[in-house]
Amino acid sequence: MTVVFFIAAAITLVTTALAITRANPVHGLLNFVISLLSMAVIFFTLGAPFAAALEVMVYAGAVVVLFLFVVMMLSLDTRATRREREWMAKPIWVLPIIFVAVLGGLLARVMFFSPGDDIAPSIITPQQVGARLFTTGIGAVELASMLLLAGLIGAFHLGRK
Amino acid sequence: MITWQMPAALAIALFLMGLLGLLARRSLVFVLMSIEIMLNAAGLLFIAAGMRWGTADGQIMFIFVLNLAGAELALGLIFLLRLRNRLTTLDGDAANTLRDA
Repeated sequence: MTVVFFIAAAITLVTTALAITRANPVHGLLNFVISLLSMAVIFFTLGAPFAAALEVMVYAGAVVVLFLFVVMMLSLDTRATRREREWMAKPIWVLPIIFVAVLGGLLARVMFFSPGDDIAPSIITPQQVGARLFTTGIGAVELASMLLLAGLIGAFHLGRK
Repeated sequence: MITWQMPAALAIALFLMGLLGLLARRSLVFVLMSIEIMLNAAGLLFIAAGMRWGTADGQIMFIFVLNLAGAELALGLIFLLRLRNRLTTLDGDAANTLRDA
């Protein structure tokens, strides 16, 4: 399992780095899909099969397809890709990389100060997740439904001609 | 043997990559994709923490993160289409006035 985890983690990191540096949005999205699928493999190795299935269905399925539809509606051409490449000139990356490196150092310092414990070698089944979600977490489910309704109404209102 | 630090380190690395994309890119398609990457990294951290304590709560929080990402993405993509229709560009810097052009 550890080997699978490391391979999937390496694929996730590489494809995510590719996804945020492509000039063509479709290329970026395809790299993003691969990173999401390897993330699903990571969820499996951690013992969360329900989350892995959701990752494939909702993220790699619905979210990326939504992205692709919008990119199609934008009807981008080679001119747009060229302009995109101009926006990604090297000096633009310098300051963000410095900020992100500082923040990453701080986060790593805070999170990895404590000694490493093994993850309990257990699998949380979908039955356990569902039982917990729809008993003690029922209020949060209602809140999530309100959030989705607000998003639906907002998207409908903003998308109207 | 997977210690909890490994997925946590991966989550931090992914979150920082998403932040880097958010700061450095100007195209709104990539800005939205970077936000999705960051939310996904947060979900990974929730699941790693949930597995560390052996409870289902991590996966429940992941489901809520997924909800949030879906709602946010729908609105973000609508804004993107509106911006494209109005300003004929995907440059986030172009949307600097709130009044009607």
